[in-house]
Amino acid sequence: MSDKKTPTERTFHVKALARVEGEGTFHVTLRDGRVEEARLDIFEPPRFFEAFLRGRDYREVPDITARICGICPVAYQMGSCHAIERAIGVFEQIDEPIRRLRDLLYCGEWIESHVLHMFMLHLPDFLGYESVISMAENHADLVRKALRIKKVGNDLVALLGGRAVHPVGACIGGFHAAPDPEVVEVLLPRVREALSSMKELTLFLAASVRYPFLERDYEFVALCPDTGYPMNLGRIRSNKGLDVDQSEFGDAIEEIHVAHSTALQSVIRGRGAYVTGPLARLNLNASGLHPHAGELLPDVCRALGHDLPWKNSYFSLPARAIETVHALALALDVLEGIRPLERTCVPVSARAGVGGHGTEAPRGLCWHQYETTDEGTIARARICPPTAQNQLAIEEDLAELALTLIDIPDEEATLRCEHLIRNYDPCISCSVHFLKLDRRIL
Amino acid sequence: MPVHAMRLNGRTPLMAVYKFSSCDGCQLQLLNLEDELLDLVGLVEIALFLEARRRELPPPYDIALVEGSISTPEEEERIRQIRRDSRYLIAIGACATSGGIQALRNWADVGEFARTVYAHPAYIKTLETATPIASHVFVDFELRGCPVSGRALVEIISALLAGRKPAIPTYSVCIECKRAQLPCRLVSEGKPCLGPVTQAGCGALCPKFNRACYGCFGPMEQPNIPSLGNRLASEGATPRDMVRMLRSFNGYLEPFKQASELYERQEDTH
Repeated sequence: MSDKKTPTERTFHVKALARVEGEGTFHVTLRDGRVEEARLDIFEPPRFFEAFLRGRDYREVPDITARICGICPVAYQMGSCHAIERAIGVFEQIDEPIRRLRDLLYCGEWIESHVLHMFMLHLPDFLGYESVISMAENHADLVRKALRIKKVGNDLVALLGGRAVHPVGACIGGFHAAPDPEVVEVLLPRVREALSSMKELTLFLAASVRYPFLERDYEFVALCPDTGYPMNLGRIRSNKGLDVDQSEFGDAIEEIHVAHSTALQSVIRGRGAYVTGPLARLNLNASGLHPHAGELLPDVCRALGHDLPWKNSYFSLPARAIETVHALALALDVLEGIRPLERTCVPVSARAGVGGHGTEAPRGLCWHQYETTDEGTIARARICPPTAQNQLAIEEDLAELALTLIDIPDEEATLRCEHLIRNYDPCISCSVHFLKLDRRIL
Repeated sequence: MPVHAMRLNGRTPLMAVYKFSSCDGCQLQLLNLEDELLDLVGLVEIALFLEARRRELPPPYDIALVEGSISTPEEEERIRQIRRDSRYLIAIGACATSGGIQALRNWADVGEFARTVYAHPAYIKTLETATPIASHVFVDFELRGCPVSGRALVEIISALLAGRKPAIPTYSVCIECKRAQLPCRLVSEGKPCLGPVTQAGCGALCPKFNRACYGCFGPMEQPNIPSLGNRLASEGATPRDMVRMLRSFNGYLEPFKQASELYERQEDTH
């Protein structure tokens, strides 16, 4: 849609963004050949999680925060578990097999969320369809393959949590129950098949899809574990010098007022916008990829014509594909190595403390901080979801893109803005309890 | 609910999916029907489903699936229009049928909540309460669950198309738990289980995972909450514990609401 206010002024916007999670829209205004405004509006209603978490028992938190987001409930459960384990002083005591199962649970979520976004929400932009439903008419085989892989992701989450949306297995200290060995046996061949199918699809995405070009000098922020690829653990680092412990991240970012704005935005203290998510993780941690994914990377780079680091935000699609291969391969390793557990959960008890911890949600770093009382009641909660952290970068991207839209017809220009926003797999339901409504930016 | 098949004169029924205050999880359950999704698309025309497609067909719609609770002035208006636009309006999930977890504000000061989360609470347009869809418009059927099950979504759509009553259980989680031959988490382990008063539909997931039911499908028909409360008290649960347990994802739905308010008064005199 476009409003022509004066002959030299054009605004692109949609009533509501489609194929994203939650409710949002954007406004891009061009005047006299320059960008006057580029903003991502969020009209998702606030739900006040940080407020009503106060007074709840610490053991209830992972089940409650899961409800922030139906697409990445595991990310919220893992963020809550790790942060609260730090607050009550059991973080260092979590057994290695429990940590492995947490990675497995997270692999399931990465697989289902990434495949949903890549093939059902994002790929239609690249191939020129309004939805996967229309895309399936011409690409039925591709969609079926993707759905099969997605289902494996859902079933991995269900193995450890009973269901893909708001799973019930994880708790402070570990899991309520060990995975059922019979279900593991059934899943093994399906994960193997999905891994080989995902490798094929990754090469297809790299070789057969045309990627628009929008390169910027981003600050990429991700967990950087000493070994392996980021998911649950690691220091938080960037390509521009950020290097903090998990508990320090809350002080490393800042909420500032921007000019002509009543909105607060999350920026790196003293610097500015940053990007979290698949591109950040891959650029900072490629050497930690599972060999199955690592071996694929040179072929993908060759097909795209670009070596790492990737600074083109449209390459988030192949980055997600590589990460999906990684998650399937890692899931396979964990499943093959499952042995009867000594215990599924370490003993936990109430204690006063403060704990901060972030994990890698499919769409980026999701950081939590909790203060507990002696009785184990939550006194304070703070949650920084990935889309809130990416929001300023998305707006800066939109402003950059808008410069190329001056001679493009309205409908096409609007589509290109939407496509760009979907590069970030925005999860607007999550972001909202942190973001400001009625925003005016730039 | 319809007692005869939808009369459409050979036209494919139009289905719309709407979101209000919620996490998106219930509509995601539609996309999680990997095996049935492409078949479903053949049976109904997805006329509006913002999370899945950009194209919108104009109303009226034969089936509207509505996720989320009403928590802003804009949502109050929008749901009335959707009712006018839709032949059958189905509320899906705990937010749409009970107000959801965000209904915890209904017992609190929303102004204070907004000041806690936002630096400029004046910019937050929100209602004092988060309420279920049926508090605002007539709802043809309510599907419970946080989230609803994919099976139940397929069942409700099939039932609407065939003109039969949907087979959705109204008994308690205990029935599902016994059928799965699980040991009782309350009787044999003393865990504070809401299974005896919670509507079935999840497949007794929590007991399967060795934990007590936390009531995400909301109250069953005519639950005996005081009786369960006495039993849990004998296991050491305080009135405050009871309030917390009853006030989660379906806390604002009767009779969980009334019972939690009763325990809250006991807490005050405790």
